Amino acid sequence: MARHEGRGMASVNYPIGMNLGGDPSQALIHSNPDGKFTVALSAIDLGQGMKQVSRQIAAETLGVPIEDVHVDTADSDTGPHDMGSFASRGTHRMGNAIIVAAREARGVLLEAAAEELEVDAGDLVTDGRGNIHVRGAPSRAITVKATAQAAQFKQGKTIAGRGIFLIPLSAVDAETGEMNPNTAFAHACLVADVAVDDETGEVEVLRMTSAYELGRVINPRMVEQQLVGGAWMGMSHALYETPEPYYPNPEHGPRDFNEYLMPGPGEIAPYHVTVLERPAPDGPYGGKGPGEMCANPVLPAIANAVYNAVGVRVDELPITPEKILRGLQANGGVKPGPRRGGPVNWR
Amino acid sequence: MAKIPVQFRLNGSDRAAFVDAPETLLNTLRRGLGDFAPKYGCGQGACGVCTVLIDGEPHLSCLTLSVACEGKRIETASGMADGPDLHPLQAQFMEHFAAQCGFCTPGMLTVARALLDRNPNPTRDEVIEAISGNICRCTGYEPIVAAILAAAGSPGMRRSEGGRHA
Ligand code: FES
Ligand code: FES
Repeated sequence: MARHEGRGMASVNYPIGMNLGGDPSQALIHSNPDGKFTVALSAIDLGQGMKQVSRQIAAETLGVPIEDVHVDTADSDTGPHDMGSFASRGTHRMGNAIIVAAREARGVLLEAAAEELEVDAGDLVTDGRGNIHVRGAPSRAITVKATAQAAQFKQGKTIAGRGIFLIPLSAVDAETGEMNPNTAFAHACLVADVAVDDETGEVEVLRMTSAYELGRVINPRMVEQQLVGGAWMGMSHALYETPEPYYPNPEHGPRDFNEYLMPGPGEIAPYHVTVLERPAPDGPYGGKGPGEMCANPVLPAIANAVYNAVGVRVDELPITPEKILRGLQANGGVKPGPRRGGPVNWR
Repeated sequence: MAKIPVQFRLNGSDRAAFVDAPETLLNTLRRGLGDFAPKYGCGQGACGVCTVLIDGEPHLSCLTLSVACEGKRIETASGMADGPDLHPLQAQFMEHFAAQCGFCTPGMLTVARALLDRNPNPTRDEVIEAISGNICRCTGYEPIVAAILAAAGSPGMRRSEGGRHA
């Protein structure tokens, strides 16, 4: 009766968005007379940080302070069309749509400013602090606010922009089945260290170590929090959660929240993430997005670590103590694999 | 069914409501008194998102009858900030990115507040135990634990109204 440690690894190449394309996102941007901008989207921020990232992308492209940009995702009835917040597509699809919209709005903004300053719009730049001035002559300036007011009340112009981003739906070749699943791919590799108790069948995740390549990280703290939270969810799916423990037999399934198993704060495994940035050519400012892949590699890595620890290959999730004990019985005991890699030295 | 009057202090103000006998405190707070900080998650005591302080002690408001709260001091996450000044726990939750969707946050703040009221310098294990009745689906708990530990050490920790007497 003993605890056996094991190590498992998994990598993931993760396509961002619907991987045959055909999933457009639209964005509309307009300025108000106070010089602040509203970005209207129909994709919803469920906590993943899309509003914040949208705001950063819009402010950067418009050339205005971030606090002057408001993102409105209030209502898909009245907002521009969007396929939605899923498939890790928020940063990439909506971000690209926002850039297109913001470029158009910026163009009108600079034209309106040019009219006020009596210069050529092509000679104007923004300072990111709410001012527009002639390149190389910061004193020949007008504020974004004064420009917005002039456009609204004097010039009769709307400072607005429309944006859409669409990767066209890939056609599937009827003969060969060939298609183009290509979009932005993000990548990750994760190592899980576990201890398996051969008497109880319980698995403890000792630590996880990963590297994620996500294009440009547009908001590092939010990326980190998504990766940390997602890894917990991956661990939960790997070892605990199921509505159908004996699928297709409905018996013993949870009937309510009290019976639905999830790990709590006591089961937190120390987790170390390294984020690599390789800006994506078609991403907004190079961003791709973490999304679902925060959780994905955790599951196979834990399954591989269990196999490495005791020689039981569990191929149905979750990896419950029962499945491990049945596997040990079928194998005639513990068959540990070779120890792989050295000790982890980040902790 | 005749309505029953009930009076209690809610976040320092005297409040009154007419309730049905089986009405839960969660329902009275949200529907009757418009305090939407406590959330309705499971309605059966499993998730902790409805947690409020009653006389300084954390209680699940989905399992508490409103009529049992007559004369009590009820505190919710809505009453934690002092005007524009956030409670140290709120400030540290922001600092540590301890919320993603934010649904669990009022419950987490409330159990953490009760913990720090009775134990201003908890260990990591004590923090984990204090929040173990609260489910968070997004953060993986680590940022929440870190935020509570940071708040414990921060100056300006105010005790809750009920907690002074605990
Ligand atoms: S709503 Fe009260 S514990 Fe879940
Ligand atoms: S932040 Fe979403 S449940 Fe905790």
